[in-house]
Amino acid sequence: MEKPILLDCRGVWKLYGVHAKDTFARKNGKLTAEDIRAHGLVGAVRDASVQIRQGEIFVIMGLSGSGKSTLVRCLSRLIEPTGGEVLFEGRNLLSMTDKEMIEIRRRKMGMVFQHFALLPHLTVLQNAAFPLEVQGMPRAEREARAREVIELVGLKGREGYYPRQLSGGQQQRVGIARSLAVEPDLWFLDEPFSALDPLIRREMQDEFLRLQGMLHKTIVFITHDFDEAIRLADHIAVMKDGEVVQVATPEELVLNPATDYVEEFTRHIPRSKVLSLRSVMTPGAPVGETAGELQAHLRVEAVADRIEASALPHAVVDEDGTAIGSIGRQAVIDVLIGRKLAS
Amino acid sequence: MKRLQHLLPGRSGWFWLTLFFITWALSHYSWDLYKALDARWIIKYPSAYLFKAESLISHFMQWLVEDATFGIFTFRELTRFIAALIEFPYVFMRDLLIDGFSVGLGNQAVEIAPSLSWIAVIVTLTAIAHYARDWKLAALVGGCFLYLAVFGQWQSAMVTLASVLIAVPIGSLGGLLLGILAYRVPLFETLLRPILDLMQTVPVFAYLVPILFLFGFGPVAALVATVIYAMPPMVRVTIVALKGVPSEIRDVGVMVGCTRWQMMWKVIVPAAAPTLMVGVNQVIMLTLNMVIIASMIGAGGLGFDVLGALRRLDIGGGIEAGLAIVVMAIALDRLSQAFASRSVDTHPVNPDRNLIGRHPWFATVLLVAICTYLLGGQSAIVQTYPEAATVSTGTFWSGLMGYMNVHFFDTFEAVKTVFLTYLLLPIKNFFTGIPWVWGIVVMVLIGWRMGGIGLAMLTGTLTALIAMVGLWDKAMITVYLCGVSVLIASAIGIPMGILAAQNDKANRVIGSLIDTLQTLPSFVYLIPVVMLFRVGDFSAMIAVVLYALAPAVRYAAHGIRNIDQQLIEAGLVSGCTPRQVLWRIKLPMAIPELLLGLNQTIMLALSMLVITALVGTRDLGQEVYIALTKANSGQGIVAGFAIAFIAIIADRILSAAANRVRRNLGLER
Repeated sequence: MEKPILLDCRGVWKLYGVHAKDTFARKNGKLTAEDIRAHGLVGAVRDASVQIRQGEIFVIMGLSGSGKSTLVRCLSRLIEPTGGEVLFEGRNLLSMTDKEMIEIRRRKMGMVFQHFALLPHLTVLQNAAFPLEVQGMPRAEREARAREVIELVGLKGREGYYPRQLSGGQQQRVGIARSLAVEPDLWFLDEPFSALDPLIRREMQDEFLRLQGMLHKTIVFITHDFDEAIRLADHIAVMKDGEVVQVATPEELVLNPATDYVEEFTRHIPRSKVLSLRSVMTPGAPVGETAGELQAHLRVEAVADRIEASALPHAVVDEDGTAIGSIGRQAVIDVLIGRKLAS
Repeated sequence: MKRLQHLLPGRSGWFWLTLFFITWALSHYSWDLYKALDARWIIKYPSAYLFKAESLISHFMQWLVEDATFGIFTFRELTRFIAALIEFPYVFMRDLLIDGFSVGLGNQAVEIAPSLSWIAVIVTLTAIAHYARDWKLAALVGGCFLYLAVFGQWQSAMVTLASVLIAVPIGSLGGLLLGILAYRVPLFETLLRPILDLMQTVPVFAYLVPILFLFGFGPVAALVATVIYAMPPMVRVTIVALKGVPSEIRDVGVMVGCTRWQMMWKVIVPAAAPTLMVGVNQVIMLTLNMVIIASMIGAGGLGFDVLGALRRLDIGGGIEAGLAIVVMAIALDRLSQAFASRSVDTHPVNPDRNLIGRHPWFATVLLVAICTYLLGGQSAIVQTYPEAATVSTGTFWSGLMGYMNVHFFDTFEAVKTVFLTYLLLPIKNFFTGIPWVWGIVVMVLIGWRMGGIGLAMLTGTLTALIAMVGLWDKAMITVYLCGVSVLIASAIGIPMGILAAQNDKANRVIGSLIDTLQTLPSFVYLIPVVMLFRVGDFSAMIAVVLYALAPAVRYAAHGIRNIDQQLIEAGLVSGCTPRQVLWRIKLPMAIPELLLGLNQTIMLALSMLVITALVGTRDLGQEVYIALTKANSGQGIVAGFAIAFIAIIADRILSAAANRVRRNLGLER
């Protein structure tokens, strides 16, 4: 059963240039790439539609200049979109007054930034408590709450430090703590780990998954790193030149790339990290002896060792425990080597 | 033959050479030309066509003060209101620091509370210095103020300090608010920018005149002038600082749901604070500079002592007061710089300790203030530094100067005469001889050559305006004095800058020298110069050179240091000697910076030139100075604008030249 939609972005446009708004209105929101060029505009986001469901990690993926950062700023209305609708809990954010927006941001949204964006004059504790301070929460209360989130991100004991005294990874932990202080329903992360060294990035991804395992937030995560995307995402939206090219699960993306562009991305991704047993098994009830049962949703990478070690094939079972197929050594080796799948 | 050809100038070289020779010839023979043709207009702008800006402005000011009204209140009431607004805190600060609080007027005045004792003031400043950085700074600041007490400058120093303490908050806060407004309202910024530009080029004396006219003689007028002088850089710094706040920080503010007010005061301004503090430091230094100059319209204090000494030619007194200003300037500069770069304590104070333990310095200061207050009633030594214990260096300085004049008079005189005969006078004759019509033509040609038709129109118009208001001769004297001074300042400063850029040890020495030179209020430079060389163009020139040296050194050093290291390595790999690296790589690449440095040198030279009117130059500065003594707003403003026009012309031409060079070097597209 699918979860309800929390954030529904319908046909959002963001055009830059003189008279962008007028041109857009005159064309009734139906602009082709040629129209945009002819009017000397820049289409940072073009007719983007994505739906983000409760409790999922939704990754927006694209190279620099693809419009992903602009899109997420449209979703949080940091940037005023030129057209379209952004429905949050069924209400259009774009038609809200400034006052309503402030209220929603104070209670329901959190955001983590690429370059951490910590306030240099505040300590770790004060930074984490800042969103609460803005709301006018009394000092003792907000600091207690800030201490909780700081402990949550593993920075207990550094409350009195200033941002410049922390490493990049630690600074981003503060950024995460700050965005969590208000217990947001919707959590935006704008390339949160891009400014970090690869090793730290990996560590922070694990940390992020750990947090999400506890908190079950609805997350919009921006990245330019496809590996990061498939590691974290429930759904991925791939963007190119301001357009959303494809929205799919990581597995669908690898198996059925919508365009050559998407395929180019997925080509160098180790399949074993993405594919589940369901998509590589031989369908039909297993014939003969099996070495054991494996869940169909498991990724190949997780069980490759077990399957390869056994001479007998394993049965693949769905959620109910019914055997729906089998998988043997050869299939796993094909996936690991990266042979084109027969299907 | 080939070699000779190499020495011949290129096409643009011919242009400049021809221009120079025509100008020289016209300048040299203008008098003969006038005689031969019997055309007086050649050397003098015809008085029938004078543009009567002076009387127009004077009438306008008259009207402003006497008749202008805003309906509910008159302009005069407005100025009085502003004056009262400033006077109240100023009087309070003066009472607190030196005069003591009293009720009643004149002879009936009854003292209700004494001022802070000298001990309390020194302890407070020392405590602030320690809070801002460390014991070293505390010792420096404490020592500086102790110096003021011991050497008998306390009274005047506190009057000056009171002015600074009032003007700095007004200037900083006002600048901050204007800057914020400009940041929020782009239209306001476009309106503000040209005004700020003009404010920076109009010499300080020029707006002393109208302020004197509007506010009368006295400390309030001086404070108004000081604030007007010190505020523009703060506005600029604020705009730059606010725009420099990373967009992500602003996004954070929006995302946590800040209101506009919270956004500005809790996010943007604090995030910009380090840069803003640089602005405050500038405001402090400019304030001190102006408070000294404004002694001419009644600021009192150390500036008044210097001014009085200069007028009386009291050598010892002048140097004493001058040194006191230097000491105070250094203390205030280091203190405010320490605040700008203050790193906050790593570990917050332990909240479990008691009030005194948490605020040790505040407690000490309070304790000392109370103790000295109580003791001050009993013993006068605690309240005021005993007169008997002051050390006066006045006689020493007078003696030293006397000694030098007795024994080295011939040497000084010889140096002066050589400079006058072989450098100053020829250049003066050259500039003053140029017929005004040709002068306008030359400026149009230079503007056109450097920046095209737009610049040509600007330079031509401004030059013509100077001629039309009848200030051509004085303007030429200004140009000549400024030119000579800038030439010498560059000749000394650029090699110093190059040396500083290439040698660490030299850099430290030159750096601290330049820092100190820049800290000193411009007034101070006049004292030793007048003592040694008496009044006249030569003295003025030396003072201007000293004052304008700093940017020449700074920009040269910066330009050399900022050259792409790869270029130098490429030169070394190609086998250049160090000399070749300097002449063929570093200097050509540093030309844009050198030109900007020249620009700044000219600006500072012009602003100092006006002040040297006090030592008897006969240029536009003198015109302003005369206007000041006669409180003639029209005359002062017109002459002030003439100086500003010269500054603007120099600025635009040099900026255009720097841009051209930069384009040619491929440093900028």
